[in-house]
Amino acid sequence: MKIVVCVKQVPDTTEIKINPETGTLIRDGVPSILNHDDANALEQALQIKDANPDTTVTLITMGPPQAKEMLQECLAMGADEAILLSDRALGGSDTWATSNAIAAGIKKIGDYDLIFAGRQAIDGDTAQVGPQIAEKLDLPQVTYVKDFELNGDIITVHRALEDGYEVLKLKMPCVLTAIKELNKPRYMSISGILKGAKADIKVWSAADIGVDLTTVGLKASPTNVFKSFTPKAKGKGVVVDGDTVKEITNNLLTSLREKHII
Amino acid sequence: MDFSYSREQQMVKKMLKEFAETEIAPYCEELDAEAKYPYDSVAKLGKLGVMGMPFPEELGGAGLDYVTYVMAIEELSKVCGSHGVIVQTHNALCCWPIFTYGTEEQKRKYLPRLLSGEHLGAFGLTEPNAGTDAAMQQTKAVDMGDHWLLNGTKIFISGGGIADVYVIMAMTDKTKGTKGISAFIVEKGTPGFSRGKKENKMGIRASTAAELVFEDCRIPKENLLGDLGKGFKIAMTSLDVGRLGIAAQALGIAQGAFDQTVAYMKQRKQFGRSLDKFQALAFEMANMKTRIDGSRFLLYNAADKRQKGLPSTTEAAQAKLSCSETAMYVTTKAVQFHGGYGYIKDYPVERMMRDAKITEIYEGTSEVMKLVISGDIFK
Repeated sequence: MKIVVCVKQVPDTTEIKINPETGTLIRDGVPSILNHDDANALEQALQIKDANPDTTVTLITMGPPQAKEMLQECLAMGADEAILLSDRALGGSDTWATSNAIAAGIKKIGDYDLIFAGRQAIDGDTAQVGPQIAEKLDLPQVTYVKDFELNGDIITVHRALEDGYEVLKLKMPCVLTAIKELNKPRYMSISGILKGAKADIKVWSAADIGVDLTTVGLKASPTNVFKSFTPKAKGKGVVVDGDTVKEITNNLLTSLREKHII
Repeated sequence: MDFSYSREQQMVKKMLKEFAETEIAPYCEELDAEAKYPYDSVAKLGKLGVMGMPFPEELGGAGLDYVTYVMAIEELSKVCGSHGVIVQTHNALCCWPIFTYGTEEQKRKYLPRLLSGEHLGAFGLTEPNAGTDAAMQQTKAVDMGDHWLLNGTKIFISGGGIADVYVIMAMTDKTKGTKGISAFIVEKGTPGFSRGKKENKMGIRASTAAELVFEDCRIPKENLLGDLGKGFKIAMTSLDVGRLGIAAQALGIAQGAFDQTVAYMKQRKQFGRSLDKFQALAFEMANMKTRIDGSRFLLYNAADKRQKGLPSTTEAAQAKLSCSETAMYVTTKAVQFHGGYGYIKDYPVERMMRDAKITEIYEGTSEVMKLVISGDIFK
């Protein structure tokens, strides 16, 4: 079985700051990490490989050359090979342009049974690239996968909903996007690290994947970021208390009246 | 000379940092309070390759160099010194002598399961009357023709009763002094071999130390490790490797306590300002950092020499002396800078200070390290 996992290198959000003057992310000195949901996507692919050792897991990402470090770490977890789409022509792509490039990259890989992606990346939080890749490859898709089972060539997944989940069955090839409830990602192993650090990571340019240059990059991206800002912290809330429910309700009503809200 | 971390080293450090923070840190307090051996996390470390780090992949090891090996132990020890010593004892004092002195058959029989972490290893040299004076071995192994008969007692054995495979030193010819000591591989469950008293220790309480008792214990002939009479040499060379691990453990404890103190000083306010704004304290932190980093260079130098196959006994002794004394100095200051909070068990520096002390004692005391170093100066 051949699995492609779409992964993304993202800034560690626990360390992130926004420049208040320009409204853009301060990326200098911020460590990059594997996007959390993508780690769950990779873990599921690796679990399939654990159960079926002839499975190959191929990673694909788009980003600057530094994204190789994240790919090395994914290889150290147990993935077999890694492809980095890296080209100035791809820079500044929004989700639409990104999915054009990644779909073209997956088409070049050609031979695959299953494509995993994380639900969304912690830097943009759009959750659009996975579904867009499925559309552009004309494949069935299930997003928000929190449980996965493979029986022969039938996949049964639980798709998380706001108030429950739905059980869906589908055939391969297909695209699935993972959420953190799906599994607990494994650690890199030492032998994996030694292999990953030496691995030959393929770097494909826009020309290599044969993507139409009018559909990738900043200029081709229909999304324009108008403004980014850090929301102002809200003032402290007020806890209305009292000994009985009636008393608490009365206190609440009193304070609402005092403020002329009711 | 290259003082930067390789990509492999960065990844090993990152992996073990994440592992220690997620899998070990939440349990440290409980493991320490109840002196519980961390079976779960040690089994997980085995799966990641940590129980067979500096050994070739062909034998089931991880194929890591010694510099990265000490970085790994340092990383674990930043969070928990017990885990540091568990990993180092297994690697350096059991796997290493079997790998270095074992016959092909012994290596095939014992190493795969030791290096994968499926089996745990331990080392028995110390006796009630043979501490630093290790030549005073009273445990005897008598050649009975088709087997060895082992009688005696070992004390303070890390992993005692927990480990599956033991490298045990015993006197085979008392008339020859240290040249009459031989090494044996003893398996858990061998009739006549039992665990005695489990020690109630000041620190590294999650790493069990116990007495081992041998009463007419029959050891198969083929379990003699190395040549007859070479046990003392096997023990001393194993301890050279061990000292790298203990130095790394001590360094990790020092760095862990230092990091805790930096975080504490930034948030703790007295007299209207945080502790890091008091120059007397900040200057002492500068001293601490400088000693930690200096010790680290001594350790990496010793590990690099071993990796290159150069003599490194003195360098390992220097590293252990410096790292362990730094650990004691830094953890004591860390408790001091935490004030009353440092003396209670709500903050990890209290445990770290207790954990640090042993690093000046075991696998050669600081005094023995000075003997080794001064012996090299005035040879």
